[in-house]
Amino acid sequence: MSFTDKYEMVCGVETHVEMATKTKIFCGCSTEFGGEQNTHVCPVCLGLPGVLPVLNKEVVNLAIKAGLALNCEIAEFSKFDRKNYFYPDLTKNYQTSQYDLPICKNGWLDVTVNRANKRIGITRAHMEEDAGKLVHSGETIMTSSSSGVDYNRTGVPLLEIVSEPDMRSIDEVLAYLEQLVQIMDYAGISDCKLEQGSVRFDINVSLRLKGTEQFGIRTETKNLNSFSSVRRCLEYETERQAEALDDGGEIIQETRTWDEGRGMTLSLRSKEEAHDYRYFPEPDLMPLVIDRDWVERIRASLPELPAAKKARLQSHGLSEYDAGVITAARAMAAFFDQALARIDDAKLLANWVMGDLSGLLKTNGRSFEDSPVSPEQLAGMLTLIKKGDISGKIGKNVLEEIYNTGKDPETIIKEKGLVQISDESELGIIVDGILTANEKSVADYQAGKESALGFLVGQVMKATKGQANPGLVNKLLKEKLAQ
Amino acid sequence: MTIFKSLEELHHMLVNKEISCVELTRSYLDYIDSADSQVKAFLTVTADSALMKAAKVDKKIAGGESLGPLEGLPMAMKDNMCTEGIPTTCGSRILKNFNPPYDATVTERLKAAGAVLLGKLNMDEFAMGSSTENSGFHPTANPWDLERVPGGSSGGSAACVAAREVPFALGSDTGGSIRQPAAFCGVVGLKPTYGAVSRYGLVAFASSLDQIGPLTTNVRDNALVLNAIAGHDPKDSTSVPFVKPDYTQFLENNVKGLKIGIPDEYFASGLNPDVAEVIQKAIRTFESLGAEIERCSLPHTEFAMPAYYIIAPAECSSNLARYDGVRYGYRAEADDMIEMFKKTREKGFGQEVKRRIMLGTYALSSGYYDAYYLKAQKVRTLIKQDFDRAFEKYDVLLSPTAPTTAYKIGEKSDPLAMYMGDVYTIPVNLAGLPAISAPAGFVGGMPVGMQLISKHFEEGTLYKAAYAFEQNTEYHLQMPALLKEVR
Repeated sequence: MSFTDKYEMVCGVETHVEMATKTKIFCGCSTEFGGEQNTHVCPVCLGLPGVLPVLNKEVVNLAIKAGLALNCEIAEFSKFDRKNYFYPDLTKNYQTSQYDLPICKNGWLDVTVNRANKRIGITRAHMEEDAGKLVHSGETIMTSSSSGVDYNRTGVPLLEIVSEPDMRSIDEVLAYLEQLVQIMDYAGISDCKLEQGSVRFDINVSLRLKGTEQFGIRTETKNLNSFSSVRRCLEYETERQAEALDDGGEIIQETRTWDEGRGMTLSLRSKEEAHDYRYFPEPDLMPLVIDRDWVERIRASLPELPAAKKARLQSHGLSEYDAGVITAARAMAAFFDQALARIDDAKLLANWVMGDLSGLLKTNGRSFEDSPVSPEQLAGMLTLIKKGDISGKIGKNVLEEIYNTGKDPETIIKEKGLVQISDESELGIIVDGILTANEKSVADYQAGKESALGFLVGQVMKATKGQANPGLVNKLLKEKLAQ
Repeated sequence: MTIFKSLEELHHMLVNKEISCVELTRSYLDYIDSADSQVKAFLTVTADSALMKAAKVDKKIAGGESLGPLEGLPMAMKDNMCTEGIPTTCGSRILKNFNPPYDATVTERLKAAGAVLLGKLNMDEFAMGSSTENSGFHPTANPWDLERVPGGSSGGSAACVAAREVPFALGSDTGGSIRQPAAFCGVVGLKPTYGAVSRYGLVAFASSLDQIGPLTTNVRDNALVLNAIAGHDPKDSTSVPFVKPDYTQFLENNVKGLKIGIPDEYFASGLNPDVAEVIQKAIRTFESLGAEIERCSLPHTEFAMPAYYIIAPAECSSNLARYDGVRYGYRAEADDMIEMFKKTREKGFGQEVKRRIMLGTYALSSGYYDAYYLKAQKVRTLIKQDFDRAFEKYDVLLSPTAPTTAYKIGEKSDPLAMYMGDVYTIPVNLAGLPAISAPAGFVGGMPVGMQLISKHFEEGTLYKAAYAFEQNTEYHLQMPALLKEVR
């Protein structure tokens, strides 16, 4: 019996999002990723004796914005606290974070899993500073003879978003995380580059017998930074817990780490060694009094979020699936919207955006953010198709030509002579020629063999190098064959 | 001899070319050379950079440029204020080799004012203590009696000003650390309003209580120094953007109608009767000058001490967590990393610092937070409210600065007995108020200080009161016998 028949998982996630500010949370150093080690540092973010933090107001702006996007209450009075612990990559040996009065709380996110809607609660979101990065001389900390610390990341602003333990399946967890990251991306809270660690997940999971209310004992697996790791980690961890419970064992409440290479979670520290963080209000920073006008100004600046965008696209006649695919990535959605402003056919546009253009970009390793085909150019080309100036087939060639040359579709079809032949007399002459040259097919058709018509259409298209208007060809052939 | 002159007199000597800045600087350095072997106020003497700076000032004078009021004048700073490239040890062995790569804001401001730094001054380790016996290097002596303590933790600052090794010095005051040594050494020490002087670059002891202030031989000098260091600093979030007055404008010899409250709780048991007598005499002096004197009450005073000894250690336990021997300062040799941390702290920190780290860690730990830290913060609010009520009626409050005069080095081995020496100064820090200690008389040849307390940002009122007292008494003109010997 698999565990899914017997147990139900209960999962909550803490998500750390690096906020997209130019400078750090408490000093003016750059937050740019990938600088040479220890070049984006100053006495303040190095925590030298005597330094003091000064709060970056942009961090508060982004935190409020994120809170609004996640349907949170924004605190009127908030403060920073010190979380005291001993870590080698945190120079002050305490982290300036928020404890009992976070800036955002009581929010929610709606996700759809297997056509069912589910609301996931968001307990809180708070601001804090990131730590530095250990650089080991060997493979791991245990096998290294020495380790260095790169403090470039120290002081990069983080938003920690804590969910309620509302998720009951791996699909729900992933739907929540994908939706969350999407919102952070849309609202401009973070660049959301998971591969650079700008979003990290701590997964809390426990099992309970199906039908019971009481939560089981949970484990926390720290610092996952991809959706696939989350899925594999949850698969492993729920299986591990199920086996332990089946064997009559107990789950230990502990912190675990995910070993990507071995595909398993490993114990990091148990409850007995749990830290006493000795929180107290940060005396070097004044409390934050957030006036409602400030919040309303930020609310007014919020862009359309994925859920609203998806609903709007559906109102344009797109299927839920299509609308979902297009809103999934902010750049694709933005491209789509810009093109949609120029062509009133969402379905046609969606087919080309998700199909040919996506394919073309993917083949060339590019994204919608730096697409050589502009939304205007794609809309222009689709307008030509709709007017009947070019066929869909020619459109594919035109799109590639735009991609390669950057020229406008009108220019391309003029230069290449790709304009569709829609002149009835001109096409009539060509059709006559084809009928004369294919007497057998004409006879077949007249004998009731419908497929012969398709062959004749193909011959006309071939003779015109695909430029003949297919509808007109059909019409002319039928008329002439009926004579 | 030049070294017994006020800042104003020295300034005029430079402007009138009676002495060059290099000559002035050299005379002070020479005097430090002879006097400091007895006082031991300095941890570092920065002779070379001082003489270079002095030469620049001389060039300015030669060029006919005008000089600011502190320009070219010698000074020294407590060793917990960062000075770029100059050792800043905080009186601790753990920071023995620490040369900060940056200046504290007060350092920057004094540099900008043209003052000449002669060196860094001894202190109780990380500003924890009331006698400067807790220095990680050596105790400092009281110039009035070399067998006695100068007070603490700014003992080096008070002693070197009392011994006239510099005309002014900066100290820091967390629970009385400027005022108590000022009283013990017979000089003027001001603890400004919390937020009036930037803490950026002041190595933190207890962030919500620490404040930098000047120690001088007279009130006018004190106001001149405050002029240079006070004012908003965007690098310190707790610094207040207030309109800084010229503090010398308050120096008028007139306290007629000034309402002075005398808090009963500051004259209770524990106050040495001879010290009480000196303060009573000072009160009578104010009365004779036309001030209105009235007894008043600050009912929560008795809880200030216990609240302080929760809050200050709690903050210190966090502020001192960064000293682990990894990035700067002293590092002990050990076989592995954890041992290295442990040994560094074991050998780098002194007894008093360890005691307070333990106290603070305990007070903040889960299960005890509500009982200790939270309750202490509530007491702090009550103490602030006591003062608020008092200042509805009074312009200033007057009390002794310390319950006794300076005691013998090694006399107080019980830490609790030592803590009681700050009983009159601590409430002021908890409330963030400004207070000054000024010479009020002598007991057995040792100076006694009186403390004046005023409303937030009313340093001017303190200067006004202290100046009038000074103009009508001669205590501030007395000098330690040591100076006569050296002279």
